[in-house]
Amino acid sequence: MEVTFQFDWAAAFGSIPHLLPGIPWTLLISFGGLAIGFVIGIVFGLMRISPSRWLRLPAILYIEVFRGTPILVQVLFIFYGLPQLLGGPINALTAGIAAIAVNSGAYISEVVRGGVQSIERGQREASLSLGLSRTQAFRYVIWPQAFRRMIPPLGNQGIISIKDTSLFSVIGVGELVRQGQIYIATTFTALEVYLMVALLYLAITWSLSLLLRQLERRGLAGQ
Amino acid sequence: MTKHESQPIVRMQKLNKHFGSLHVLKNIDLEVVPGEVVVIIGASGSGKSTLIRCINGLEEFQDGHIVVDGHSLVPHGKSAKALQRIRTEVGMVFQQFNLFPHLSVRDNITLAPLKVRGLERAQATQSAERLLDRVGIRDQADKYPSQLSGGQQQRVALARALAMEPRLMLFDEPTSALDPEMIGEVLDAMRELAREGMTMIIVTHEMGFAREVADRVIYIHQGEIAEEAPPERIFDDPQDERTRGFLARVLKH
Repeated sequence: MEVTFQFDWAAAFGSIPHLLPGIPWTLLISFGGLAIGFVIGIVFGLMRISPSRWLRLPAILYIEVFRGTPILVQVLFIFYGLPQLLGGPINALTAGIAAIAVNSGAYISEVVRGGVQSIERGQREASLSLGLSRTQAFRYVIWPQAFRRMIPPLGNQGIISIKDTSLFSVIGVGELVRQGQIYIATTFTALEVYLMVALLYLAITWSLSLLLRQLERRGLAGQ
Repeated sequence: MTKHESQPIVRMQKLNKHFGSLHVLKNIDLEVVPGEVVVIIGASGSGKSTLIRCINGLEEFQDGHIVVDGHSLVPHGKSAKALQRIRTEVGMVFQQFNLFPHLSVRDNITLAPLKVRGLERAQATQSAERLLDRVGIRDQADKYPSQLSGGQQQRVALARALAMEPRLMLFDEPTSALDPEMIGEVLDAMRELAREGMTMIIVTHEMGFAREVADRVIYIHQGEIAEEAPPERIFDDPQDERTRGFLARVLKH
């Protein structure tokens, strides 16, 4: 039996208009979630290095729980599980954003911790010796330097979170993969469509990489 | 040269510090009067850096008492208010410079005057330019620390500390991280400062410099003040066996 397969270019390109509506959803979930995750990351990352154990312990617990469980389970828990507690449904978009937020927040906490701890002790000592308060030392000396060092790992996390949103097709949110699945259901052109889906993810993540490289280059002036 | 009339600006009484089981400072008594230049010498690990770091609270101590310009420091770092005051009046220059790499030379110098003293930017900038001129690095204000040589960086660090108009300057091995050819320019700036009457406590291994600028030299041995005398006495006629041993080792080179 002879198997011949023709890659159907027309089907591949033809799918693009059907996939594009997924992009705003993918971007909204990723960047919405990451923005919240960044705030969570700063708060828990700083709690994690606090001298007070009552701040440190909850931060450790949060980080371990959300870094140590799969994001797919997290989103299923939020979308299907939480409504039982809350007594009302949560819409898929909210659940997706929340999952990215708590998941990336855990990783970003560690990025923040690593960034702040990487600043030499002498920077803080010099600041304090000049009469700056501990808060001022952090705000004007430690944080700006730490933030620069955090840009590459934050970029990493951004790219990971963008790809993670593809899992949310399972809760029916209309992001890229979901749009692809819907289209394939009527055309049966899985190879072509998933290839296009993959290329669209690549376009998003690559753009982000380029943007970050620019940011890093500008940020590094004066180092 | 020596002005021993006035009230001491630093008074340490029975200062003791431990790092875990290590007794780093043992019953230190020390007084420094305004205008005096005190040089502290001793082997690595003898506690000399730790001693001056206690004065501005970068190290806590377990026992004893320090009064700096009327502000009292108590054991275990429980003197936050006094510490804040002391730090605005006591400048420090570190072995590793510790300039802020993300700020220009000018911003390194103006940061504390702007944020702590609340100066106007124009005033702070003007004073920064004057200080840079004074330490001999005009026209470098827009550069970043990494664009300067080690000697220049240390002079910026000196200017940064002086911008707070301190009443006392602490120097923690200010030339130990420098290439030999740059030591001179930093010592020159310090010499100039001493001439202008700044009160200085200097930890250094530069014995020639110590002999030249010090009003008094203190030799620390294993956390204790072993000997304390004018430089001629310490270097030419040390009384303590341990001082003799130390000087024999360092002056051989």
